[in-house]
Amino acid sequence: MSKKILLSGNEAIAQGALDAGCYFYAGYPITPQNELISYMAANMPKAGGVFIQAESELAAINMVFGASATGTRAMTSSSSPGMSLKQEGISYIAGTQLPAVIVNIMRGGPGLGNITPAQSDYFQATRGGGHGDYHCIVLAPSTVQEAHDLMPLSFDLADKYRNPIIVLGDGMLGQMMEPIFVMRHASRVARKRITKKWALTGCKERNPNVIKSLYLKEGALEKLNLLLQKKYKIIKEKEQRYESLHLDTAEVIIVAYGIMARIAKAAVNKLRAKGKKVGLIRPITLWPFPETLITQILSGLHKKKHSPLFLVVEMSYGQMLEDVKLAVNGKAKVEFLGRAGGGIPTEEEIISKIKRIGG
Amino acid sequence: MLIEKIFWIVRSSRTFDSLKAFCNSPNMEEKIIIAGAGGQGIMLLGKVLAEAAMRKNKFITWLPAYGAEVRGGTAYCMIIISDKEIGSPYIHKADTLIIMNNLSLEKFKNRIKKNGLMLINASFIKNDLLISPKMLKYSFTDIAKNMGNIKVANMIALGSYLANRKILDTQTVIKAIEEMTPPEKKYLIEINKEALLAGKKLTLSAHEALTGA
Repeated sequence: MSKKILLSGNEAIAQGALDAGCYFYAGYPITPQNELISYMAANMPKAGGVFIQAESELAAINMVFGASATGTRAMTSSSSPGMSLKQEGISYIAGTQLPAVIVNIMRGGPGLGNITPAQSDYFQATRGGGHGDYHCIVLAPSTVQEAHDLMPLSFDLADKYRNPIIVLGDGMLGQMMEPIFVMRHASRVARKRITKKWALTGCKERNPNVIKSLYLKEGALEKLNLLLQKKYKIIKEKEQRYESLHLDTAEVIIVAYGIMARIAKAAVNKLRAKGKKVGLIRPITLWPFPETLITQILSGLHKKKHSPLFLVVEMSYGQMLEDVKLAVNGKAKVEFLGRAGGGIPTEEEIISKIKRIGG
Repeated sequence: MLIEKIFWIVRSSRTFDSLKAFCNSPNMEEKIIIAGAGGQGIMLLGKVLAEAAMRKNKFITWLPAYGAEVRGGTAYCMIIISDKEIGSPYIHKADTLIIMNNLSLEKFKNRIKKNGLMLINASFIKNDLLISPKMLKYSFTDIAKNMGNIKVANMIALGSYLANRKILDTQTVIKAIEEMTPPEKKYLIEINKEALLAGKKLTLSAHEALTGA
């Protein structure tokens, strides 16, 4: 059974994590994700877990590192400037192959920037962010309901691949409220503690487990890297997620994620009502990027006279654009519309851009 | 997918009453900006409206101003109530403006659609500016003061809004208020209810005066 409640995106993410059996949260306040940490402060102890307001973002991510090593489902959250501070810890978590969920409710940058919504941390999230050859799986919700629903998936993927997961939202999604369905407490299936064979639980009557990212012996670090790359290849093959709209008939395909995708969707619906052949791809996983879908679209349509035109819309200056261009690989034209630092492309801007590029 | 299905089931199993309302306006979409001073209950006004609309199975977004808002500064929130999925929660031009102080009027006076509804708190806004033909002025704060609690000015404004835009019935709003109130604050329900009804009456009696003349 589920019930319907009015929650902000931040609160929904926190509730989703609790529903997923997260038993450890450490964080440090920063606007616009403060509702998340305060919801955790109020509700994590009630759920029988541990809540810590750390002394810094760096301390918070390292607390998650430690908690995760014990086999506990652990998470932290922050917003852009705080996320930069966490990168060292995320690199260590990736290097030690520990599961963890890190939420970034993006705000305007660079530097301290401001607190308006933005999507400018796309590169940081999808390219690794910290030092070393690693990737986090990046999930981008576009509604408050999805913000809640992606949390159990995040923890499952983290455990499955022993890899850090980044949930990438923005200030607007974090702050806005929408009615959502949540599980009633009694029927939360996932709230059991999961036993993990590799976890550091005290090695009584078994061989000690070792969790480390320092490999000095010749060839040992290369071996770890090869193992990681093998894992990333599997993730790339199996975990590409997206939502799509009208792809079969579309002459212009908008690619947008998160809050931007719902604005694009409204634009698509308006244009469709006027008979314009417009479609939408909304990547749900930003890494791995749903490139297979784009490849399929282009290979399926190459007998047609015209391949579709792609329009990338983002609240940043051409970050996801690169992934779309890589996937398109020169086989179609890719146009771009983007604003950042508090500017949000509007429905009208998208519609007039499409008219300009000939949709 | 599953969520959409659940939505569909819930939306298709409306009560007869709301089904009728749904049929009357299949594409209802109302965009409201509520603005005033920090401490005037602006956010709460919006939340009550959103909670009530949720009980009628509408799509809703509620977006607060989350800058460096402080008591005495300006505060605003944007609410969209719709029968369809909502794109951006941000409002450029509103169907309705509820303005509780002078600063907010300055900030939002150009953000209203042609012929949009404006509800103005005449206790603080004393000018004769006419921005929209549907610009209604009531002394929400003075009426609240006379009722014995200055803080319920927001509920009087909400009552007045409900009488002007018939998208939600008063009973649903009262139910929302009752369910939103935490146990230790239950004693406040009664005065909020009274304020809501007073606001409603305010507009209705003004209508009678207009049509009677």
